Amino acid sequence: MKKDLIRKLVEAYGPSGVEEQIRTVIRAEVEPLADELRVDPLGSLVARKQGSGEGRRIALAAHMDEIGVMATYVDEKGFVRFTAIGGVSALTCVGTRVEFGDGTLGVIGLEKKRDDASRAPKLSQLYIDVGATSRDDCPVHIGDSAVFVRPFATQGSRLIAKAMDDRIGCAVLIETLRRLEQTPHDIYFIFSTQEETTLSGARTSAYTIDPDLAIAVDVTTTGDTPESHPMAVVLGNGPAIKVKDSGMIAHPEVRDMLVQRAKGADIPYQLEVLERGTTDAAAMQLVRAGVPTGVISIPCRYVHSPSEMVDEQDVENSVRLLLEVLQAA
Amino acid sequence: MILKDLSEAVGVAGDERRVGEVVIDAVREHVDEVQVDTMGNILALKRGTTGPDLTSKPDERPMRVMLAAHIDEVGLMVVGHDSDGFLQVRSVGGIDARLLPGVLLWVGPERIPGIIGIKPVHLVQQEESRKVATIEQLVVDVGAKNKDEAKTLAPLGTNATFATQFRELGPTVRGKAFDDRAGCAVLVEILRGEPFPFDVWAAFTVQEEVGLRGARIAAYTIKPDCAFVLEGTVADDLPKDKDTSPTTELGKGPAITVMDRSFIADRRLVRHLTSTAEALGIPYQVKQPGIGGTDAGAIHATREGVPSVTVAIPCRYIHSPVALLSLDDYDDTVRLMRESLSRLTYRTLEERE
Amino acid sequence: MEPIPLLKQLSEINGVSGYEEPVRELLRRMWEPFVDEMREGRLGSLIALKRGSGPEPRPGLMLAAHMDEIGLMVTGIDKGFLRITWVGGTDERVLLGQEVIVHGQHDLPGVVATRPPHVLEHAERKETVPWDKLFVDVGLPAPEVEQIVAVGDLITIQREMAVLKNQRVAGKAFDNRASVAALTLTLEQLASTQHPWDVWAVATVQEETGLKGAITAAYGVAPDVAVALDVTFGKQPGVQDVDSIPLGEGPTIGIGPNFHPRLAARLRKTADTHEIKYHIEPVPGRSGTDAWAIQVSREGVPTALVSIPVRYMHQPVEMLDVLDVERTGRLLTAFIAGLEPEFLERLAWDAPAESE
Repeated sequence: MKKDLIRKLVEAYGPSGVEEQIRTVIRAEVEPLADELRVDPLGSLVARKQGSGEGRRIALAAHMDEIGVMATYVDEKGFVRFTAIGGVSALTCVGTRVEFGDGTLGVIGLEKKRDDASRAPKLSQLYIDVGATSRDDCPVHIGDSAVFVRPFATQGSRLIAKAMDDRIGCAVLIETLRRLEQTPHDIYFIFSTQEETTLSGARTSAYTIDPDLAIAVDVTTTGDTPESHPMAVVLGNGPAIKVKDSGMIAHPEVRDMLVQRAKGADIPYQLEVLERGTTDAAAMQLVRAGVPTGVISIPCRYVHSPSEMVDEQDVENSVRLLLEVLQAA
Repeated sequence: MILKDLSEAVGVAGDERRVGEVVIDAVREHVDEVQVDTMGNILALKRGTTGPDLTSKPDERPMRVMLAAHIDEVGLMVVGHDSDGFLQVRSVGGIDARLLPGVLLWVGPERIPGIIGIKPVHLVQQEESRKVATIEQLVVDVGAKNKDEAKTLAPLGTNATFATQFRELGPTVRGKAFDDRAGCAVLVEILRGEPFPFDVWAAFTVQEEVGLRGARIAAYTIKPDCAFVLEGTVADDLPKDKDTSPTTELGKGPAITVMDRSFIADRRLVRHLTSTAEALGIPYQVKQPGIGGTDAGAIHATREGVPSVTVAIPCRYIHSPVALLSLDDYDDTVRLMRESLSRLTYRTLEERE
Repeated sequence: MEPIPLLKQLSEINGVSGYEEPVRELLRRMWEPFVDEMREGRLGSLIALKRGSGPEPRPGLMLAAHMDEIGLMVTGIDKGFLRITWVGGTDERVLLGQEVIVHGQHDLPGVVATRPPHVLEHAERKETVPWDKLFVDVGLPAPEVEQIVAVGDLITIQREMAVLKNQRVAGKAFDNRASVAALTLTLEQLASTQHPWDVWAVATVQEETGLKGAITAAYGVAPDVAVALDVTFGKQPGVQDVDSIPLGEGPTIGIGPNFHPRLAARLRKTADTHEIKYHIEPVPGRSGTDAWAIQVSREGVPTALVSIPVRYMHQPVEMLDVLDVERTGRLLTAFIAGLEPEFLERLAWDAPAESE
C-alpha cells in the first residue's frame, strides 16, 4: 500500500459532522474503481462493487470522521473555549495544536489557577489561542470545529499520525477495492460519518443497503505498552478479529469465518476482546431485522491521541484478510 | 394565548393525552389530516401548495419536511404509599432534586394538590444541612390520613406535575413546562399560518423526556427529507464567577443547535437558518455545543438518515416549577421558522459533492 | 409439563449473550409439538408461530422472553491463569470462589480466584475484588491451557438448581429462564385453546447486552401488539419495599410510559376475571427489558410487560416461587384466548375505554 495514500487520508480535515474535505479525498480515490457511488443523507460516501451475482450482499464500513474540538464560546480577549467532538481527553490536549476548517491554527492552553493542580485538568479548564486580541478580531465562531494537527511519520514499520482512527481503516478499504478482482458478492464500501459521536452514518447507510453480512474495519487498542491495562492484542501480531467490545458481540459465524480465512491463507491474526470502546459494527448489527456482523481491527497504540501508531504489516495483512473474505463465496 | 394553554395543560411523559387534546383543538382547522399513533404522537399534515413540477427532484413525491415539538413534560410518578398516608415517588424524566423541597404539585387527573416538605431547619444537625435529599428520601403529602386513603386518591402510576400558573411579566412570561410547550406553541403558530410549497408533517411527540421515544416512531412513519426540531432550551445567563459561555441568553433570539449530546446538526440546514436570519435582521444565537439532547437525536438516525437541526427558545430554569422566557425570542423564533421554511427548497439539500 | 423439572433444565443449560445456541436448540425441541412454524432470526432469536383461528388477515401478538444469560469471557492467558471480563451485567461481587466452566476446544471446569487475603493490604480485603484481579484457574499447566483455551472463549457459571422450601427454587439464569419457562407453559396450554390471533413466541437473544434480539426480531416479525416477559426484583433483605415485589403473590403487570395503558388494562382485567394473583409495577422510565426496544420498533408497537419476581438478581442464587411461573403461564393463556379479532381497534387513541 502506498504510504502516500495513508498520508493524504490522515492529514485531511474531517471532524465528526464536517466530513466534506476528507470525503473529497476519498471520493477521488474510489471513483475510478467503483461501479456506483453515492452520498447518503448524513454524508457517508458509499461505493458499490457489483460481483458476479451468486454471492451475498456485503457492507464494509470504515469511518471517515475523526475526533476533534468545537468552539463553545469566544471570550472578551479572543480566547476560545471548547467541547469535545467524540472521545477527547484533556491530557492529550495540553500544548497541542489544532486546525479549523478554514486553516486557522490554534494552540491549546491550560488555566494555571486550578483548584487541584496535581489532578488531570478538565476540558473546561483549557482554551484555544488563535492569536486574536479580542472577540471582534477572532476568526473562530461558536460551532466551528477543529482537529488535532500532527504530520504523518514513519519509523521502521511503524506508521504514526493523528486520525489513524479510522483513516487507516479507510485506507484498507480503498486498497481492498483497488486490488479486488473477482468476487461473487455485491459489495458496498461505506466511508461513514459521525462514528465518533453517535455511529449514525453507518447505521443509516446500512439501513439503506440491508446487507446479508457486515464487517467494520476500525482500530483497536493494544496491551503491549508499559503498565497498560491487560489486553491480548499486540502491535505487529496481525489484524485482530473482534470477539466482543463494549457495544457488540461479533456474530460467532462471522468471527469463525474470518479466523478460517486467515488460517487458510496463512495470514497472522489475533483475537480481540475490547472492554471499553466500540465501532460502526455495533450500529450495523441492529438495522432492520438484524445483520450478522464482525470486525477486522487494526492494532493501534495511543488511540485518541495525536500520535496514533499502527504497524504497516498489520495494515497489509488486514487488506489480505479482507480480500480473502470478498473473493471467495 | 396558545403558550398559556399549553403550559398549564398537564402531561407527564407517558401520560400526555390532555396536552394532545389541546393541540388537536388548536390545529385541527388549519391542517389537512391529523392522526394519533400507538404511543400518542400527534401527526398533522399540512399539504404543500406546489406540485412536483416545481421541484428539481426526479422522484415525483413532493418534498416532505418534518417539524417536531414534544408535548410531554417532566414530573413525578407515584410508586408506593407508606403507612402514614404519604406518597412515595420517582421522577419521570430529569428533575433536579434541589427543586423539590417546598414545591406545590398537581397530583393525578383531578389535579389534587400535593406538597413536598422536608425536616424543619430547627431540627436539622449541622452536618446534614447542606446535603440535598434524594427523591427516594422525599414523600408527597396530599393530606391523606392513612395508606388506604392515599391509595384511593393517588393509585400506583399516578403522575404529578408542578402546580404553576402561567403569568405575563411585561416582556417575559413565566410558567411550567416551557420545555417543550414553547416549541409546541411555535409549531401551532406555524401551522396556523399559510401553507408552504412543500408538505409539512408536524409531529407533536410524546416521551421525549424519558429517551426521545415518540420522535423515533414518528420519523419512521413520516419518512421526511429533513427535520426541524422546535424546543425550549437551557439559558444560563445569570451572573457567573468566570467569563464562560452563557449556553443561551434571553433576548438574543432563537438558539440554533450545531451539536449536542444526541446529534450533530446538518450544516446546510444550519447555514440556511443563519443566512435567512441575517438577511432579514432576525437575531439568533448558537446554542453552546455539547449540552443536552433533543428529538433530533432520534430523528436523524431513522431509516436512511434525516438531515436535522434544532431551533430553540432560550428558557431560564428549565425543568423547574417556574421557567421564564422572552416574548421577543418567542416571536423571533416563529418568524425565523416561517421565513426559513418558505425559502426552503430541494436546492438547500442538494446532493453533496 | 411439570414446572420444577422444566425450570431445572432451563436454568442449567448454557446460553450466554451472543452464544445462545444450546438454549435455542433445547427450546426448538420443546416447542416443536406446540407451534406451526419456527425459524431463527438473523442474530439467533428463536421465532415460533402458532396460528390463530380467526379470519384472515389475522393480527399478530408477539410474546418475547430473552433466553440469554450473563456470563464471562476470556480476555487473556497469563501464566496459565485466565483473565476475564463480563458479558452483560455480571456482578463481580458474587464471583469469587464460584465454580465455572470454560468453553475452550473442550469444556474445562474452573474456579474464579484471586490472591489470598493473607498477602493483601488490610484496606484491600474490605473491597470487592476488581475485575483485573480476578482470574479463572483450570488447574492445568500453562502450555496445556494455551492449547485448549483462546482469547474470546466463553465461561459460564456452574450451578445446579436447588429446590428450597415452599415451592421455591434457586439457581443461575432465572433471569430470564423463568420467563422462558412461563412462555413454554403458555405454548403448551395454547395447543388445546382456541385463539383468534396469531401468536409469535420469540426467545430473544442478547437482551443482557443491549436488547439486540428484541430490536431486530420485533422489526422482523412486525407484530401488532407485544407482551415482553422478564423478571423483576423480588422482596429480599436490603431492598426497600417500594422497589420490590413479594414472592408468591403473582407476576407483575407494568404501568408507565413504556407500556400501552389499554394493553396493561386488558391484562389486569384478564387476571381479575380469572382470579390470578398479580401486582401492579409502576415504571417511571426505562423498564430495562425487551419491552423498551419493542415499543419503538418501526411505526411503534403497543407493548406490555409481565414480570416474575426474582430475588438476588444476576447472582447464581436467583430465587423464585414456582407458583409465580405457573400464574404467568395461565395469565398469558387466558389473555390470548380472550383477544378478540377487533382488539386492535380498542387500542386506538380515540377508542372508548374498556369497561371494568
